[in-house]
Amino acid sequence: MEFRTHISVQNLNVFYGNEQALKNITVDIPDKKITAIIGPSGCGKTTLLKSFNRLIDSIDGIKVSGKVLVDGENIFDPKVEVTRIRKKMGLLSQKPYPLPMSIYDNIAYGPRIHGIKDKKRLNEIVEHYLKESGLWYEVKDRLHSPASRLSVGQQQRLCLARGLAIEPEIILGDEPTSALDPKSSQRIEHRFLVLKKQYTVVIVTHILRQAKRLADYVIFLYLGELIEHGPAENVFNNPKEEMTKEYIKGIIS
Amino acid sequence: MRYKRLLKDKLASKFMLILTILSSLIVFLIAFGLYQRSRSILATKSLTELLFSTSWHPLKGEFGFFPFIMGTIWVTGVAVVIAIPLCLLTAIYLSEYAHRRIREWTKPLIDLLAGIPSVVYGVWGVLVIVPMIKNHIAPFFGRISTGYSVLAGGVVLAIMIFPIIIHVSVEIFSSVPYEVREASLALGATKWQTVKHVVIRKALPGVIAAIVLGLSRAFGETMAVLMVAGNVAKVPSSVLDPAYPLPALIANNYGEMLSVPLYDSALLLASLVLLMVVLFFNIISRVVLTTVERRVQ
Repeated sequence: MEFRTHISVQNLNVFYGNEQALKNITVDIPDKKITAIIGPSGCGKTTLLKSFNRLIDSIDGIKVSGKVLVDGENIFDPKVEVTRIRKKMGLLSQKPYPLPMSIYDNIAYGPRIHGIKDKKRLNEIVEHYLKESGLWYEVKDRLHSPASRLSVGQQQRLCLARGLAIEPEIILGDEPTSALDPKSSQRIEHRFLVLKKQYTVVIVTHILRQAKRLADYVIFLYLGELIEHGPAENVFNNPKEEMTKEYIKGIIS
Repeated sequence: MRYKRLLKDKLASKFMLILTILSSLIVFLIAFGLYQRSRSILATKSLTELLFSTSWHPLKGEFGFFPFIMGTIWVTGVAVVIAIPLCLLTAIYLSEYAHRRIREWTKPLIDLLAGIPSVVYGVWGVLVIVPMIKNHIAPFFGRISTGYSVLAGGVVLAIMIFPIIIHVSVEIFSSVPYEVREASLALGATKWQTVKHVVIRKALPGVIAAIVLGLSRAFGETMAVLMVAGNVAKVPSSVLDPAYPLPALIANNYGEMLSVPLYDSALLLASLVLLMVVLFFNIISRVVLTTVERRVQ
């Protein structure tokens, strides 16, 4: 599989206090593809994902060494402005966390903090991204009611729209369907398949079947180490490592 | 043998039940007692007249509480205006910005403020705040003041309610789920933007409850305010004027002036009014807190 690299992880080590969560990870994440990070719980999947937008910064006692290059720029460089890095990425967390405001304001929040004040422009943005996340027809008559009144599945699509509204290049999903019912999960998965035409998508998942359905590229982590990575068909059909074989067969979990 | 054990068990639970009922009944007993004793003054004058008359001449039988009620409101108001911004900024710093080690050191120290006897605050007010107002603040505004004033009472009271408001606000801010902050940060918001638009908004009802809790404490605080507020039975017209809050009135006169007819009854009515105000604020803060808890879920 030929691809252009979007995120390049080079010798990344992350420590929580004395505990090493990621051990010398080096991997390239392809542009405009869906990459799935798989592995058992506690293997560092989320840590790897959250190091991409430096959300791990605010954890007490964290130490990071190595590089993560996004568009060729090392995001851990002290001179880098972290808000600009984060603006390049939309995040979907395990459970949807709408901001404590209306549906409209949730979407407009990102554009507003980045300086868009024009009412008409904001209206357009809100409508556009609610359509893009497939929520518009369900909420267009109650844009100004609190986002917390939506169902969990709708909230997750709202969070997707909110992330897209800052015009990112990358979408990060941290087990984004784990709190959703099958129907809502399916909707989110379907969105990812549409979105990968324009965005680089990286998702963490512990559901192997989901990874098989969605992923173009797979990264398998085990206890903080990178065991295997490669195009999805290779990793799933023809794993090189013994451990990957066992994980895929369900022997280790 | 078996019966004896069961009997003991029953007796113990009944006994504890009675104790619980008794302690929760005390509020009602006090309110009822105060009402009984203040009936004699309520028989001679209407409640509105007592509450809104400014004329306080016990020897002539005139008991207007208005100056004292206004004194209480002024002092409490000044205290709240000083305390709210300082407490909120401190609480935000402690919950959002401070390194864990700083938080572990400063939080107990702030909580310790609550344990200092109020008379110590009073002495500090007399020795530090009162002269400062007399020598620096009043002259700066071209005014003459003894220093014993609404402002002195307000400053001392503000510091006394710091620990309550800060403690409760920090708890409230920390109860905001970390992931909501993450959601805002992930969109490229700065920490301050996240605090301003998301954390405070989510915590707002709880913070209001914290302030009301501080307020109800401030209304009843007696000793420290009595020592610095000046105690002149006149409605204050500026923060540099002396004030005579209700608790100070009761503490200064009860037991000494009881030979004057109806004085005793008037003071107990004042206590009843104070009790009602504090109760009212407590109930509000409870109601607000429960609605917050429901909303934060």
